[in-house]
Amino acid sequence: MTPTYYLVLSALLFSIGAVGVLVRRNAIVVFMCIELMLNAVNLTLITFGRINGGIEGQVMAFFVMVVAAAEVVVGLAIIMAIFRTRRSASIDDTNLLKY
Amino acid sequence: MPTSSMFLAQQPGQAPDVDYVAILPVLIIFGAAALGVLLEALLPRNQRWSVQVGLTLVTIVGAGLAFGYYLSDAPENGTTTLAGTLSIDQPALFLWGTLLALGFGAVLLIADRTVEPGGAFVAEAAIRPGTIQDRAQVGSASMQTEVFPLTLFALGGMMTFTAANDLLTMFIALEVLSLPLYLMCGLARRRRLLSQESAVKYFLLGAFASAFFLYGLALLYGYAGSVKLADIANAAAGTDRSDALLFGGLALLVVGLLFKGSVGPFHAWTPDVYQGAPTPVTAFMAACTKVAAFGGMLRVLTVAFESTSWEWRGVLWAVAIASMVIGAVLGLTQTDVKRMIAYSSIAHAGFLLIGTIALTDQGLSGTMFYLLAYGFTTLAAFGVVSLVRDSTGEATHLSQWAGLAKRSPLVAWTFTFLLLALAGIPMTSGFIGKFVVFSAALQDGMAPLVVIALVASAVAAFFYLRVIVLMHFSEPAEDGPTVSVPGAFTTAAITMGVAVTLLLGVLPAFALDWASGGGFAS
Repeated sequence: MTPTYYLVLSALLFSIGAVGVLVRRNAIVVFMCIELMLNAVNLTLITFGRINGGIEGQVMAFFVMVVAAAEVVVGLAIIMAIFRTRRSASIDDTNLLKY
Repeated sequence: MPTSSMFLAQQPGQAPDVDYVAILPVLIIFGAAALGVLLEALLPRNQRWSVQVGLTLVTIVGAGLAFGYYLSDAPENGTTTLAGTLSIDQPALFLWGTLLALGFGAVLLIADRTVEPGGAFVAEAAIRPGTIQDRAQVGSASMQTEVFPLTLFALGGMMTFTAANDLLTMFIALEVLSLPLYLMCGLARRRRLLSQESAVKYFLLGAFASAFFLYGLALLYGYAGSVKLADIANAAAGTDRSDALLFGGLALLVVGLLFKGSVGPFHAWTPDVYQGAPTPVTAFMAACTKVAAFGGMLRVLTVAFESTSWEWRGVLWAVAIASMVIGAVLGLTQTDVKRMIAYSSIAHAGFLLIGTIALTDQGLSGTMFYLLAYGFTTLAAFGVVSLVRDSTGEATHLSQWAGLAKRSPLVAWTFTFLLLALAGIPMTSGFIGKFVVFSAALQDGMAPLVVIALVASAVAAFFYLRVIVLMHFSEPAEDGPTVSVPGAFTTAAITMGVAVTLLLGVLPAFALDWASGGGFAS
């Protein structure tokens, strides 16, 4: 099986995540879509690591996982704070700042 | 196809050599940031503010001393350390100095408690806005002192970002500088709904942009087999590889960087976040994040992609034009001071991008000088914004600024001077900054871009002048805002910003010489 399939799969996953960020309205779901994008990148990194024959790609995937975990901590804290105030996680409701 | 035995056959990696003296400033900042988090857990609440402020200021001064010591006999052509992941060269050193100075000023603004009892930050972030506890915290004298370690983490991330010599280090530094900023945006004492909303927007869009940066990194890794900037440059010099990977990767990478620099079409977060965040945090973001983002962009484009510049330069021309036009035109319609300065920062990002894509020595030194000049001016401008207040907090609506010169001539004249510097009037640093950037662009054959930039500057000058006219030639409203008398911290920060803005406008030679000290080492 050629590694190209994995690259196509990861590109698809990344696109699904990006479209999800743009069309979904719940902050948690938007955030999950961003995580999907990061994991698509992990798949790309590992595939290229396999093609290049080194461990560098896998090591980078670990770094990405750590960063994604840190991002979850910060992101959920912010989303929780705004949810407790408004009783809603919809990003359409957060519309006080404009023009 | 490599097998798993190949992985096992690899030697255990040797620990890389570390040039501790060169990276000492960054180590001091990160060490003190970690210490600050510990102190937050150990100290009783009433001692935290004084200890954290003292620690943070001493840390930045200490890092500045370590930086000065290294600078006094730094190698002419720079050095790389930590197995080539950090490049401590002349541009990195210039930007480190700029970041430390701007960070010091921003910490002074963050620490101020005289303008408002307890400072600009919420007493306890977990209190729900609109509740009884929230009304009590507005009048209380305590603040969430985690702001100080968070500032140090962000500052350390920015310094690492400007010196990062491979894309992975750059990505980690990008996150280390962004994550604390997301939190700090949501910590305003008053108007907490706006503040929290700006944090959510900044976080979601920022994470979205870093995902793009990361996918660009992955594609370039596939292209070059390495994420080191020098290896990518070498791979791009050969022709037998997939251009789709190279330019796809470059495009995604640059989108992530442009987002952080609040350039052009990727600016959507900037006005909302600048308006909603506590003003000292806005000052920190506007001054320091821009330095870091453009420092990183200069390094990536110059070191890794110079050989392919004729392929991507046209796109960045369009981005620079978009940024200048969006900033200048939408800035005209703003009625809020903080939003107006946000659009001004988008226009300035366009000017900075012109210097960045020149890819010459003049372009490099001009852009770095512009970053230094713009950082101090905008820091002082947000310092002044935090002084004009009414009973609900800062009075940021432009109509409330009418006739300010009659209430407080000193503050009005200070703000006038800063706005003139942002507009680029001679005798201010803004003029010299624009002059060096535009002349670098002209020498590099970008005359049409310079003409558009001059028109954009003229349009932008109109909305600065509108505020000046409003402050000096209008009658103050009956129930208008009062101008608080700033304490020592805010006074020091504003004075520093104004002094540097004037000094760089009159005697720019010293900073220009330093900025043109040398190119990137990789």
